[in-house]
Amino acid sequence: MQADFFAKKRRNSLAFLLALAGVTLIAIVVTEYDVAKGFTSVPDAVAWALGNFYPTQESLVKLPGIIDKLVETLLVSIAATTVGAAAALLFAILGSNTTRVNAFFGSISRGIATVFRNIDVAAWAMILLFSFGQSSLTGYFALFFGSFGFLTRSFVETIDEASSGSVEALRATGAGYFSIIFHSVIPSSMPQMISWVLFMIETNIRSATLIGLLTGSGIGFTFNLYYKSLNYDVAALVVLVIVAAILCIEAVSNYVRRVIL
Amino acid sequence: MTALLEVQSLSKQFLGSEGKALTDVNFSVSEGEFVSIIGPSGAGKSTLLRCINRMIDASSGEITFDDRNVTKLKKKELKMVRTKIGMIFQHYNLVDRLSVIENTLHGNLGKKSAIAGVLGLYSQEEKEQALRILSVLGLESLIYKRADQLSGGQKQRVGIARALIQNPRMLLCDEPIASLDPNSAKVIMDHLRDISTSMGITVLVNLHQVDVALKYSDKIIGINSGQVVFNGSPAAITKEDIQRIYGSEAEDLIFDLGGIHAS
Ligand SMILES: Nc1ncnc2c1ncn2[C@@H]1O[C@H](COP(=O)(O)OP(=O)(O)OP(=O)(O)O)[C@@H](O)[C@H]1O
Ligand SMILES: [Mg+2]
Repeated sequence: MQADFFAKKRRNSLAFLLALAGVTLIAIVVTEYDVAKGFTSVPDAVAWALGNFYPTQESLVKLPGIIDKLVETLLVSIAATTVGAAAALLFAILGSNTTRVNAFFGSISRGIATVFRNIDVAAWAMILLFSFGQSSLTGYFALFFGSFGFLTRSFVETIDEASSGSVEALRATGAGYFSIIFHSVIPSSMPQMISWVLFMIETNIRSATLIGLLTGSGIGFTFNLYYKSLNYDVAALVVLVIVAAILCIEAVSNYVRRVIL
Repeated sequence: MTALLEVQSLSKQFLGSEGKALTDVNFSVSEGEFVSIIGPSGAGKSTLLRCINRMIDASSGEITFDDRNVTKLKKKELKMVRTKIGMIFQHYNLVDRLSVIENTLHGNLGKKSAIAGVLGLYSQEEKEQALRILSVLGLESLIYKRADQLSGGQKQRVGIARALIQNPRMLLCDEPIASLDPNSAKVIMDHLRDISTSMGITVLVNLHQVDVALKYSDKIIGINSGQVVFNGSPAAITKEDIQRIYGSEAEDLIFDLGGIHAS
């Protein structure tokens, strides 16, 4: 019976691997992917990148302009996240099972947040292009909507996890709704919520680069501009600057997390 | 003595569940009495306690507390009644990131207007009372410590302080010692007994430990499957009663009972 059990497990694993191989094979045939060529072109790509895609002395004169755009992108990301977080806090309090006013408003606010969360920021950018055209505002709203949806969900979970016990206790003392929010929910969940906001800022700075490509603004647009005009050295500089900025932001937010948690 | 709390034909059926959690529960509790509610897991002890201060709404029946029918109260009146009933929890239910003194003062929030409550405006008198209560409970050296840095027994004493600062007529305690070691458990039970005896506050405790219930209580209420199967003094309880409360496989509990009655 024991031996049988293991034999069966092995059979299952084998079947799974065979199925995986089958699917891979079908995918290769359908997309007419040339496996040999795929591998042999990797060294070529690396050689090209090393030969062309690095910043040169001349590209450094563009640095101030690039930094300008980077700062704009950073500020837009941070503004979109913090404003999104404020809206998310309100919806999370209304949507959490612990603090909702009633089941009806609870489902409505969670429903709204779900819609916003399930539309990708890139999709938001495309949609908003129609209303705001190619401007920072489009990027700002795209990031705002995305952050709002994601943070609402995270905040709801944080509230339910961190404060349901003390909320029950304060309700039992006869405390009013707003007293409970300010003395139990906010103190219990704030550090975790700040941590989520920091995470969202990091994510948004990464997405902002992509959004910039779509909306013709910020650092993403700068990259696109130089890349399309074959100025690979400047484009490489842009990439380096973005990477440096993301590393800095990560270091700062890790530090803040350590202090508050 | 008049009854402070009177429960009449109380029943509770949770939405979407088949059987009833409580069926036709009747009992009354006098002012200053120390009452333990015992019964197996899932018998309905927590549900019963929470129906009394309407953390859970009963399906039918009446609850009279201090001559007011709790089941019929509007929101505002219900809050008023709740300020007179302290509640103590198995998992303490403190705000972990706040200090001992802040957690204690939370017991005053029910009496405050919305604005004073939100801003946490506590009077000098309230702060002094908090300090007095904390020192009675032996916590005077820990008042600025964060709740999550306390031991279980210390947390539970903060929970008691938060309930006492309400100046309650009654305490509802849901398994207050279930997560504590025997020594801390004894400290907590001694405090609860003392609160009942010297302050005249009525205490209702859900307990899992039969020996503790028998030792501390003026009255025992035994519950099985949502029904009261015993209601009387600890001295009057028999093997058959324990068997009725806990079901037939309660051999070791019966053994305990002999020890308690003998001592
Ligand atoms: N919110 C709820 N929804 C549905 N059923 C519930 C709910 N709360 C409790 N019950 C059910 O009601 C019954 C009584 O539960 P209760 O928590 O009151 O038992 P208890 O005596 O306190 O048990 P324990 O000693 O384990 O704490 C159980 O069958 C439980 O499953
Ligand atoms: Mg219980």
